[in-house]
Amino acid sequence: MIDRETMLYEIMALDFAGTDLNLYLDTHPDDKDSIELYNVISKKRTELVKSYETMFGPIDPRGYVNSDSTWDWIENPWPWNKPKDGRC
Amino acid sequence: MWVYEKKLEYPVKIKKPNPRIAKLIITQYGGADGELAASLRYLSQRFAMPTEETRAILNDIGSEELAHLEMIGTICHQLTKGADCKMLKEAGFDPDYVEHGLGIYPQNAAGVPFTASYLQSKGDVIVDLYEDMAAEQKARKTYEYLIDMIDDPDVLDPLRFLREREVVHFQRFGEALSKVQEIQASKKFY
Repeated sequence: MIDRETMLYEIMALDFAGTDLNLYLDTHPDDKDSIELYNVISKKRTELVKSYETMFGPIDPRGYVNSDSTWDWIENPWPWNKPKDGRC
Repeated sequence: MWVYEKKLEYPVKIKKPNPRIAKLIITQYGGADGELAASLRYLSQRFAMPTEETRAILNDIGSEELAHLEMIGTICHQLTKGADCKMLKEAGFDPDYVEHGLGIYPQNAAGVPFTASYLQSKGDVIVDLYEDMAAEQKARKTYEYLIDMIDDPDVLDPLRFLREREVVHFQRFGEALSKVQEIQASKKFY
């Protein structure tokens, strides 16, 4: 099975491409090629998030319907977590 | 409104604690040219913007700055988590520890708390966009000064990403400003 983090990083990469294009399109709203690219990225993102959430739980609790006896939202680590915890 | 997504904009994975550089990097969290000031500046200014494009760019860059704030918080957290008391003392982190423990607090590298006087919202698109372009340049320079002071590649990688975003934001604000100036020049009122 694919590693959770590897898949999350793929989603992060797509989202970053989306964010950057979004800003570009805000000041170039008639650039057809960039709109087309944005649509391709968005479609890929939607599909990838759907399979991620089926396997690993929600990225965003809205629209997530797979929790049953436990609340999946708090199961995955928060993105600021560090693997090793220290003392002090 | 905003919706939280359980991920960072760009990965932060720091293995080695280093409280000394956390003390420097915190300025991009709560300092004058930091991400909190940037976010509040754009998200406040957007209400008075006159065109769809300027409202969009301020809204969207203001939102991205919140993701940057989270990355800076993550960097500082990972740099201090796992440091023992001796390490904190040697790094000069003891005053911070006494005030905040290992909590993340919006302050600059000298420990001065965040204040809204770091930003302006003037209700005028030309004034505000000039301030925003200057703010992006100041943030870029701060990242460069931080990069000068840091050796750990795990820390340099996300800082370089954030520096590049300042350059892109500066570019987008400049484009928005040019368009507004074109519109203003084409309208003749007598």
